[in-house]
Amino acid sequence: MRRTRIPVLALTAFSMLGLLAACGGGDDASDSTSKGSTNDAKLASATLNASGATFPQPFYEQVIASFADKHSGVTINYGGGGSGKGRTDLQTGVVDFAGSDGLVKAEDVAKYKGAFLYFPTVAAPITVSYHVEGVDSLQLSPETIAKIFQREIKTWNDKAIAADNPGAKLPATAIVVAHRSDGSGTTENFTKFLKAAAPTVWKLDAGSTVNWPADTQAGNGNSGVAQIVKDSNGAIGYVDFSDAKATGLRWAKVKNKAGKFVDATLDGASAALAGVEIKPDLSYNPLWAEGDAAYPITAPTWILAYTNQGDKAKGEALKAFLTYIYGDGQELAAEVNYAKLPDTLKDKAVAQVDQLVIPG
Amino acid sequence: LIAVAQKSLLHGGARRADRLFSWLCLGSGLLVLVVLGLILLSTGNEAMPAFRDEGVGFLTSKVWNPAAGQFGALAFIYGTLVASAIALVIAVPISFGLALFITEIAPKKLRTPVVYIMDLLAAVPSVVYGLWGIAVFGREIAKVYDDVSRTFDGIPVLGNVLHGANGRSFMTAGIILAIMITPIVTSISREVFATVPRDQKEAAWGLGATRFEMIRGAILPYSRNGLVGAVMLGLGRAMGETIAVALVIGSVPSIRASLFESGDAMAAVVANQFGEATGTHRAALIGLGVVLFVMTVIVNVLARKVAGRTDRRLGGKA
Repeated sequence: MRRTRIPVLALTAFSMLGLLAACGGGDDASDSTSKGSTNDAKLASATLNASGATFPQPFYEQVIASFADKHSGVTINYGGGGSGKGRTDLQTGVVDFAGSDGLVKAEDVAKYKGAFLYFPTVAAPITVSYHVEGVDSLQLSPETIAKIFQREIKTWNDKAIAADNPGAKLPATAIVVAHRSDGSGTTENFTKFLKAAAPTVWKLDAGSTVNWPADTQAGNGNSGVAQIVKDSNGAIGYVDFSDAKATGLRWAKVKNKAGKFVDATLDGASAALAGVEIKPDLSYNPLWAEGDAAYPITAPTWILAYTNQGDKAKGEALKAFLTYIYGDGQELAAEVNYAKLPDTLKDKAVAQVDQLVIPG
Repeated sequence: LIAVAQKSLLHGGARRADRLFSWLCLGSGLLVLVVLGLILLSTGNEAMPAFRDEGVGFLTSKVWNPAAGQFGALAFIYGTLVASAIALVIAVPISFGLALFITEIAPKKLRTPVVYIMDLLAAVPSVVYGLWGIAVFGREIAKVYDDVSRTFDGIPVLGNVLHGANGRSFMTAGIILAIMITPIVTSISREVFATVPRDQKEAAWGLGATRFEMIRGAILPYSRNGLVGAVMLGLGRAMGETIAVALVIGSVPSIRASLFESGDAMAAVVANQFGEATGTHRAALIGLGVVLFVMTVIVNVLARKVAGRTDRRLGGKA
């Protein structure tokens, strides 16, 4: 027994050395390639736990993975679970930061353990995806979308749809409306858009769950809605950009505030961000934005974190992570189908990173 | 340490150990009650804002509109009851048949594998049933629904109940639930059938009864109460099932006669909406949990009562 133990120990020691060497190499690489403004002096090892919005989760996972390549001492876990869960977890201090597609309601601010900051990270279009045999391109105005999702328009050759698509041949196929079965920031943003853009037509109000008409279908998650749209001829549903793309759906051009029909693209989303008013706390509303090229159903998302970071190692890791998001992270966004922030907003966000108070 | 413990047990500590053991058992028993009480208390407390806002309307209103702050649970209660009822209608005859087959009819060689497979069925995680229901079963069964609804179209009552052709519906949820509760109901009814005294069965044989007459005359009357208990436990499981139902029921809160259309159920909506819920919405979802909890407790108490009665009777006769 004793004899075999020695080689094992030696092996372990060697592999540890190897790991250490690898870590060192990684850090060197980050020093030379990082564009971030922080001094990339070696970060103390820290684990950041986070939960919240699932809408930006693929982007965060991507950024976390490439951040981890550069800072092997820092582990970041982003758990998803929904914006509401993220905000509650931040209130109770279960997580170090939260992802949220929506802002904190005024009456909830007091529930947090101190002041917190909004860090806008990326944005993405929400598509109005459809599946109608014989229809390859479609244009919809907010009023028509509102009527379709309220089941006031029930066939594809309805005159309201025809009016949005002059000269198009529309079949008499029955419309199948697909929406989310789970409470969702995507639903909240989609219904907020309808409330803002078609205030006289839209009667279901806005929220993470609304009272959809009974003769509609519901799917779990963006992928669930995408699947319903894909499976049923005549279907229409709101699906985030990356899932719509991944499922191979067609989506409609949507009429924006300037009266132009705009395709759902990352550029359209960035254009929507460029034209919006940014509040001092970096909250902003890119839905129904001004501008000819702005895609009107563009969803924002934020990282929420406490201004006063209690722990030095965690605070510095968070700071480095946010800086990374505004540096290399922005370039990664398009790869996973998210729109990067326009420079005006990004510069403000970078400045806000310095507001994090980290104990010395 | 073990040696010391053994020594103390052997020398004079035996009585003390006995007392300790009985306290431990009492403690465990009470703990269950305390935990149950605490769950009810804390969930009830968390749900208070919704109960206060809605009053009795929480149970009687069918409007669930978080955006407007309206929370009526009736559509979910309806969905839970309908899906569970469908599950029972399908699962109970199959389970009883299976249990009879295993205990009375199957050759010994077949008995073990059948029991083994039934137990395996019970071990499949519910999310797997849900995903299968949504990706495979729901799609195929929708075609059957379509045929059925065409066939019964225009016939009063049946035409309304068997209307529509949606793969995500009360019916699909009921069928999936039936598959999930069959192992439990089967296994309990098997135990119940096994307790039927041999002389009763032999008496029936002796009177020249056929196998069916023996089952009807000797086994079923004797097991009736035990079987009710089995069904109640199956019902409890069906009502509380969450994720499989959340995936296949369609998640459109509605009260309608048609079984082939989407609905929603209590546990399912909690799973679906909890992540994004805040304030009264969150309280209302917890409130749904409280209502479901109370409903399940009632079912379980009923089951216990019935099962207890059977036990007494069996004990008396054995």
